[in-house]
Amino acid sequence: MIAYLIRRILYAIPILFGVNLLTFALFFVVNTPDDMARMQLGIKRVTPEAIDKWKHQHGYDKPLLFNARAGGAGTLTDTIFFEKSASMFVFDFGYSDDGRNISREVQARMLPSLAIALPTFFVGLCVYITFALLMTLFRGTALDAVGVALCVVLMSVSLLFYIIAGQFLVSKLWHWVPISGYAGGWDIFKFVALPMVVGVIGGVGSSSRWYRTIFLEEIGKDYVRTARAKGLSELRVLFRHVLKNAMIPILTGVVVVIPLLFLGSLLTESFFGIPGLGSYTIEAINAQDFSVVRAMVFLGSVLYIVGLILTDISYTVVDPRVRLQ
Amino acid sequence: MKPVILSTDALIFLLIAAGIVSAWYIRQRPHLMLPWRRVAQSSVGMVSLLLLSLFVIVGVLDSLHYRVALSEKNNGQTVYAPEVLSAFDALVGGLRTRVEKTYSAPLATHLYAKESMETPDGKVTRDYPRLKFGGAHLADPDNERGGDVARRALIGALLGLLTAVIFIAVVGWIKRSVSTQKIGERKIDGRYAALYPPYTKRMLLAAAFILAILIGAIANLATVYHVLGTDKVGQDVLYLSLKSIRTGLVIGTVTTLVMLPFALLLGVAAGYLRGWVDDVIQYIYTVLSSIPSVLLIAAAVLMMQVVIEMHADWFTTSAARADVRLLCLCLILGVTSWTGLCRLLRGETLKLRELEYIQAAQAFGVSSLRIMTRHILPNVMHIVLISVVMDFSGLVLAEAVLSYIGVGVDPTTISFGNMINAARLEMGREPMVWWSLASAFVFMLLLVLAANLFADAVRDAFDPRLNRTEV
Repeated sequence: MIAYLIRRILYAIPILFGVNLLTFALFFVVNTPDDMARMQLGIKRVTPEAIDKWKHQHGYDKPLLFNARAGGAGTLTDTIFFEKSASMFVFDFGYSDDGRNISREVQARMLPSLAIALPTFFVGLCVYITFALLMTLFRGTALDAVGVALCVVLMSVSLLFYIIAGQFLVSKLWHWVPISGYAGGWDIFKFVALPMVVGVIGGVGSSSRWYRTIFLEEIGKDYVRTARAKGLSELRVLFRHVLKNAMIPILTGVVVVIPLLFLGSLLTESFFGIPGLGSYTIEAINAQDFSVVRAMVFLGSVLYIVGLILTDISYTVVDPRVRLQ
Repeated sequence: MKPVILSTDALIFLLIAAGIVSAWYIRQRPHLMLPWRRVAQSSVGMVSLLLLSLFVIVGVLDSLHYRVALSEKNNGQTVYAPEVLSAFDALVGGLRTRVEKTYSAPLATHLYAKESMETPDGKVTRDYPRLKFGGAHLADPDNERGGDVARRALIGALLGLLTAVIFIAVVGWIKRSVSTQKIGERKIDGRYAALYPPYTKRMLLAAAFILAILIGAIANLATVYHVLGTDKVGQDVLYLSLKSIRTGLVIGTVTTLVMLPFALLLGVAAGYLRGWVDDVIQYIYTVLSSIPSVLLIAAAVLMMQVVIEMHADWFTTSAARADVRLLCLCLILGVTSWTGLCRLLRGETLKLRELEYIQAAQAFGVSSLRIMTRHILPNVMHIVLISVVMDFSGLVLAEAVLSYIGVGVDPTTISFGNMINAARLEMGREPMVWWSLASAFVFMLLLVLAANLFADAVRDAFDPRLNRTEV
């Protein structure tokens, strides 16, 4: 198990290197640092000196990949690629364009993101699985058909609609919770409730339908027939046998997402004014702050890889036959 | 008049051509026709297909672009207007040009906001001004409007119904005369027998009549009213909603078109060739899929914006520029979404290559390339088809979200995302401006729902895991 984990972590390094190379190509080769400087300083009326100064300030005045003049190890290390990428592996993201330390921002904004994303995730999971189990229990009846039809309609509605309708009804018309904002302490519940409900409803269509397919696939298997032949009630079969055996396909889709919860949701956070990582990313996109976007891309892929490893570990928990080696 | 072929237009035409060729190819082969017959059995699938084809007709008409020649000449050379119009614009004519001053409610005769007006006797009053075009034919709008709307809707509905009845009767007559001839020629081959069962046919007819009535009523009203109101700069919301369809369709289909070759080639090659090819391809798609897609899209779109802004001289019209941006968005969405299909294809190929018929082909010395194209590719096509139709609705929804975040289509492109984005801030007004937002959502829901239902019918018909008795 330990050896397996070490191998997986080592395997992550070339992938992260690839991610870095890709974002580097996107950010520095598609557009030269000169273009970016001109973009930041305004396209017209910009002197070459100003461009050089901007590039020097942001550390873009070096060769891209290969520095022939530096000599020795410097040919590879004294370049933009090395300086901007190597530090990422120790989670030092440098400074954003407005001069703030990105790593510190990320730490501070992680908590609000989690405060929204975690409850949404877990409540959502419970709701979706319950809904799917109910549909499975009543499979073939009109109730099941209505459920599936409802799912298709719900998944055809844009998430934007749920957010706007939720804000309009709950906050503007009924004044239950504030429209947007965030605060610590006990007030947090006021601000988390609406985004959470909207997030759960937004996912109910596609997720419930997906879990229903998983359960239906399990229910056709031989062990279910055996369990029924033993005289177990349908409910018992569903909860004791089907749910347990459906764990592997469920975990495959679910565990990967858990680490990514740290990043929050771009849409929810910006609509509800949550000062989390999602809104941080949107602000960076709108301000064209490349270092922040790059840092978020890197962080995202690290978390995704962590999620993949966690998925493998979770298999061993739910299925004793799975051994990692 | 000079025809203009924007880059996405070209891809749409390519897609239509490919569709026609493959439809003809499938029609010739009963074994390929079989799953499509199963699709035709599903009444929900056929009704949603009917709705989808209406959307597609609007989208295709909206893709035939041209520029109008101006009357003055420059040194004997014809000068063309800077704006690019489409056949759809020409067809709906007045909808585009009848622009009011600002917001007005659906079917309204007065503006949404009060304005200071001078009465003939020189006094200044604040009141709701009459619309320039909406209901302009009415002398006394407050009393006449209700009756006029009802009358026009009724006439339109009847005309729509009449058109539908004539159309269906003519099609039925042509079909019957063709099929009696053909069946006379080859009785054994049942290809010209009825495609769908009576129940589906009845549903289809009912849906066609309902749609014809609705479209007729709306079209007749739209000649003198703004059926769905007007937006902030006074543009007709119905026109904007219809124009958004093309953007949604382009995002949903062109994205798939650009990603398909990569996914097919790499997925099948990785699964069949194994070894280092497999390693390299797996590495590529792991890297791509390990970046959360929204972030990758955001990063790529940001970069694309810089390129487009730095090279403004590449584009002759602003429409061409917006179109290139749309195409780039499709490319980027394609790059982020092909990994899933690639992984599926690789898995399926791994399974197929162990089967006897492939091993037999190998033993006969058939080259790898030929095995992949002749023996594996046709047998993974059902996966491709299923994932293409399933992806479509997700992509249409994604466009709205991305445009909201600011990394979607160009702000000048008319799209559902931009409509929602513009209308969102008006929810706070008193009285509320709801029509823009509602129309965008309803049109999007219709498109996505029809796509989802049709995708389900296709999946049910093509998925070999669902055991069924053959029809």
